[in-house]
Amino acid sequence: MTGIGNDAEQTDPLTVEWRKLDPRSVLITLVHATPVIALAAVAGGVSIGEQFGTTLSTAIVAPAALVFIILVAVFDDLRRRRTSYRVLPDSVELREGILVRNRRSLSRDRIRSVDITAPVLLRLFGLVRVQIGTAEQVESGDSSVVLHPVPAAEGDRLRRELLEQTPEAHGETTDSAVATFVPSWIRFAPISLSTLLFGVAFFGGVFRFAPAGVFDRGLGVLASLSVTVAIGTVIGTGLLVGVLASVAVFVEKWWRFRLDRPASRTLRVRRGLLTTRSISLEEERLRGVEVLESLGHRLLGGAQLDAVATGLVEEASSRQTGHKTLLPPAPRWDVDQVSADVLREAVPPIEAVRLQKHPSAARGRRVRWGLLFVAIPVVPLLVLGLTVSPLFWHPAWISALILIPVVVALAFDAYHNLGHGISGHYLVARRGTLRRSTVALQRTGIIGWTASQSIFQRHRGLMTLTATTSAGEGAYAIYDLDEEEGLVFAEEAVPDLFGPFLERV
Amino acid sequence: MVSDPGHRVRLRPPENQVDRRAVRWWSFRTIGSEILLLLAVVVSALLLPEARFWLLLVAAALAVIGLPLAIVLPRWWYRVHRWEVTDDAVYTRTGFFWREWRVAPMSRIQTVDTRRGPLERAWGLATVTVTTASARGPVTIPGLDHDLAADVVQRLTRTTQATPGDAT
Repeated sequence: MTGIGNDAEQTDPLTVEWRKLDPRSVLITLVHATPVIALAAVAGGVSIGEQFGTTLSTAIVAPAALVFIILVAVFDDLRRRRTSYRVLPDSVELREGILVRNRRSLSRDRIRSVDITAPVLLRLFGLVRVQIGTAEQVESGDSSVVLHPVPAAEGDRLRRELLEQTPEAHGETTDSAVATFVPSWIRFAPISLSTLLFGVAFFGGVFRFAPAGVFDRGLGVLASLSVTVAIGTVIGTGLLVGVLASVAVFVEKWWRFRLDRPASRTLRVRRGLLTTRSISLEEERLRGVEVLESLGHRLLGGAQLDAVATGLVEEASSRQTGHKTLLPPAPRWDVDQVSADVLREAVPPIEAVRLQKHPSAARGRRVRWGLLFVAIPVVPLLVLGLTVSPLFWHPAWISALILIPVVVALAFDAYHNLGHGISGHYLVARRGTLRRSTVALQRTGIIGWTASQSIFQRHRGLMTLTATTSAGEGAYAIYDLDEEEGLVFAEEAVPDLFGPFLERV
Repeated sequence: MVSDPGHRVRLRPPENQVDRRAVRWWSFRTIGSEILLLLAVVVSALLLPEARFWLLLVAAALAVIGLPLAIVLPRWWYRVHRWEVTDDAVYTRTGFFWREWRVAPMSRIQTVDTRRGPLERAWGLATVTVTTASARGPVTIPGLDHDLAADVVQRLTRTTQATPGDAT
């Protein structure tokens, strides 16, 4: 059922068969539910056993757990039996619901993405979870159809059928990948906040769960060492755990990463070691790209590339799984090449432009914000030093001495990173320091302007210009540019929006 | 539009002011919430003798700073809030401390909503919200006379229906 063929053999909606989910769904649910129920049963059994004896508690708990497990299985099988879907020439239909029957229909020309996810367990059975998304910006999941689980081959068939419906799509299909995983990219994994978090979490876990004997012996060993060695050991252990954990997460997420075009107008990202994912998006949805550089990656010359695309509500979950990420942290050069390729430009728009700097008043604002941030811990300490005890002077001056140079450096960097420009069909805007973001947004994708000015900005002749768009985060801001220059820029980037409302005085 | 020295480029104010009655509506809201807040603090001051001094201090601050603001802000807003609907776009200016100019072109408008809360109904006012395909770009015109709001909605609906495309 592809494209032009439909006119010849007009498909009657009544004859298209409804398809069911895979019957092995019950097995998957059982594998998930049994350990949870068993654990609860053991916990319950122990507490009952203390009062009524082991035999009686087993006699109560074991059948109850069994009944629960059977109920879960029956419920899931019922859910599976009552769920069916079919692909019609112009729509995808889904029927679901055990008591309340739901019927959902997605118009096929609105379908913009087909995502295939296979966690380990599903993979063992050769099954996948398929999510079909449209371009609607609706809060809940109403705009998508989730099929969980279907056989892997069926998932692939759905993806091909739904996204490669246009006849010309079959013409220039190329097998060559836009980008594939390079193992050396793993070097970017440890240079992130997650290393620190994993390290801290490790010691938190040790404090909380280590048996008292082991914990005491560990403390004893540390106490026998000199202070420097002891601190070094603790930090070293935390670092080692953090690095290993963040590398493991990176590898799990990005192993066998491959960005390609399975059809001429579709981009597809496939990745994952244990849980595999396949995320497809129509190029028609693409409104630009965003290059993200955490401070660590920036120092190492690395960056991540995200798609700025319409549709698919940015749910918290999809943001975590890197739903819109086109390229994991990789060398800047690769990021530029891939961004040009993805946008079908000869030169990467972000590299092709010299960004306009912002007025130096913007630097002053950033320095003041930084100092304000330092004042939050320091001022109360100073007040305590004056009123309670001079002892508080020391933490006050030490934290000020350390923090002030850091925040001032960050403020200068943040100012240095501010910039905007027009690069062919794209508007380019850059900001941020700990997490620098450079967005290249199609000028035709901008559907409105918002200019805003706080009283502080007004005082210094600055303004923040926000481009609204139907893609990505919905709005991209250029912070603290010169108010006049900003208005002229807005008009140049997207003519006739602010234009009719501008005046000269 | 190129900036030339000697002439400053700026956004001109939108043509129309909101309805004069909006001042009363806003004042009712700001003064009302100010009084409620003040009452809550004073009542807890009466109930908690240990914290009475501090709570009364907060109440005094609320009265000295909050009350004048509650009276003055609606009048400032009235002077700042302006709106305009042309054949091509909806254009608004709002805010005193954070001034905001928004423009949404007709060709990108997706829905036009009118909202009339109980207070707005009491004063015969309505708020018109124009949404585009961006989740972050709604343009809101508050404090319109409700007959005028109906006209504006009708005009917007007619123009946007005449524009082809799916507005994304």
